[in-house]
Amino acid sequence: MSEKIVVGYDDSEASKNALAFAVDLAKARGCAVVVAHVLEWSPYSFLTPEELAERHARRKEELERAEEALLAPVRSELSAAGVEVETTSRYGHIAETLATIATETGAKQLIVGRTGQSGLSSRIFGSVAGTLAQVSTVPVTIVP
Amino acid sequence: MKNAIKAGALGLPLSLAAAGPAAAQSIDETVNQIFASSTGWFVSLIFSNFPGTSFPWIVMWLVVAATVFTLYFAFIQFRAFPHSIALVRGDYSDPNDAGEVSHFQALATALSGTVGLGNIAGVAVAVGIGGPGATFWMILAGLLGMASKFTECTLGVKYRNEYEDGTVSGGPMYYLTKGFDERGLPAGKFLAVMFSIFCILGALGGGNMFQANQAHAQLSGVLGDYPGWISGVIFAAIVFAVIVGGLKSIARVTEKVVPFMGILYVVTALVIILMNADKIGWAFGQIFDGAFTGLGVAGGMVGALIQGFKRAAFSNEAGVGSAAIAHSAVRTKEPITEGFVSLLEPFIDTVVICTMTALVIIITGQLVADPNTGLYLLDEGASTIQTVDGNKGVALTSAAFSSAFGGFQYVLAIAVILFAFSTMISWSYYGLKAWTFLFGEGKTTEIIFKVIFCIFIVIGAAANLGPVIDFSDAAIFAMAVVNIFGLYFLIPIVKAELNSYLSRLKSGEIKKFV
Repeated sequence: MSEKIVVGYDDSEASKNALAFAVDLAKARGCAVVVAHVLEWSPYSFLTPEELAERHARRKEELERAEEALLAPVRSELSAAGVEVETTSRYGHIAETLATIATETGAKQLIVGRTGQSGLSSRIFGSVAGTLAQVSTVPVTIVP
Repeated sequence: MKNAIKAGALGLPLSLAAAGPAAAQSIDETVNQIFASSTGWFVSLIFSNFPGTSFPWIVMWLVVAATVFTLYFAFIQFRAFPHSIALVRGDYSDPNDAGEVSHFQALATALSGTVGLGNIAGVAVAVGIGGPGATFWMILAGLLGMASKFTECTLGVKYRNEYEDGTVSGGPMYYLTKGFDERGLPAGKFLAVMFSIFCILGALGGGNMFQANQAHAQLSGVLGDYPGWISGVIFAAIVFAVIVGGLKSIARVTEKVVPFMGILYVVTALVIILMNADKIGWAFGQIFDGAFTGLGVAGGMVGALIQGFKRAAFSNEAGVGSAAIAHSAVRTKEPITEGFVSLLEPFIDTVVICTMTALVIIITGQLVADPNTGLYLLDEGASTIQTVDGNKGVALTSAAFSSAFGGFQYVLAIAVILFAFSTMISWSYYGLKAWTFLFGEGKTTEIIFKVIFCIFIVIGAAANLGPVIDFSDAAIFAMAVVNIFGLYFLIPIVKAELNSYLSRLKSGEIKKFV
């Protein structure tokens, strides 16, 4: 079993940079890449009754969309480049879920991009990269 | 009347603009008269007394049912309370189900449909008529009601419809139909249809007109008196934008603000109670004395009891069946777990929040008592207790809170309007589910209901409190007549689910994930 690297991926420029960095690293070291897409979700959020009734359907749609638009293209691209790749999409708190995926897959490291927000919103809500630095059990690389 | 119709035909907006406030006031009066006279028979049917007594049979119906369920399930509301909390915290939720409706979300949504004016205005009505003693009966009804809620929400999840596209529909109309079929009983479909009709009326009454009416009362209390239909039109426009126009952003903002308003309300009430810590003992004394003697209120002890039971049922809706519609969307393999979670609803709604309101009204001395006898003084109609400033309904609560914190009436006004709004959104959905059960799913049928719903907002804001509250109560309780009748036949199914779940929980087959 080859060593694994988990990459947080959401189709943003930053996450594309992170993926490219991970692919270079994987090629150099012969690692496999786990491309993880996390949909922000809290079981303690508030929904209207209509949203409750449609939730299961929406969830299915969201996962299908993530698979088609995000993960499938990445899989074929990486396979073509000769990199061993697996993908996963999950719901949850983004940083915590990425850390969980890293633990579950036995990955040696985690690579994420950063949005580059240094303003008010990240002061209040924190950033994924910042939180990962606190909660991750494996080394984290933040790609600017 | 004829002239009014003519004016309408000639172009109502023009004549309104010309006639000004006088005409506006008369619109409110006309709406009120037509409304009161057309719903009176329904109200008297639901609230008729046992022959030879002054005790409405419907109140007995609810309390007997709650007591029967409590005994049948051996005080499940107390036995399962810790497990309910563990379920809401997500201790038993499979992490692979993340992104699905959680127990917490189902509970929060159901609560935002019930926590509202019932807790603020309804309690004031109960205490204003039944005295502090009404609080005692309200709490008792809340505790018993937990068993009713447990029963109906378990059935709601068990017999919900899950459609191919992944959406779900649940509620009494589905468990009455399918549950009765399963037990080989006749008339399930008939009960389901009756329930749906009453659910639509309840959605238009308590879930709509009462909300619009009291939200207007609160607004005109703060802004100065103005005709109710103006508030009605504004509310109707916003609700229309959300439920017909699909403006989810408004609903989403409300759903986020409402819980904070609820917490702010409870914390403020607690602070006021603690500020008057020396009177807490006295207040509970009033509650207990009043519960068994009435302390001079109209109808004495029975008067206090009726008011307490009525307002509790109206506030937490236990046995009414509405919550079963909201709770049925949860993601779980075990229907009984949602029953456990739902029994927290009457507890939070009635035993905690309603009691806070009642204590604040009592402790701040809003009710006028004779200093010599300690009995409460009644006002001219001899039906309600005199209050310091002659307030009743939501204005009484408002006065009680702002006597401790000047300016709180503005916070309360915002809270009331938001609560009213979220309750209207919830009930528009309950009503819609009943409507589509009767008339079939489809865009056109849905739009028709939604438009009717918005029209009733205007009527509710324009009519007087009396007829509106009567009709709202009557419609909501009519739902309970059908729902509870059905529940008596379906409780063995719930019992089987409960026993199976509890034994698997004990054997460790059902495990915690955290």
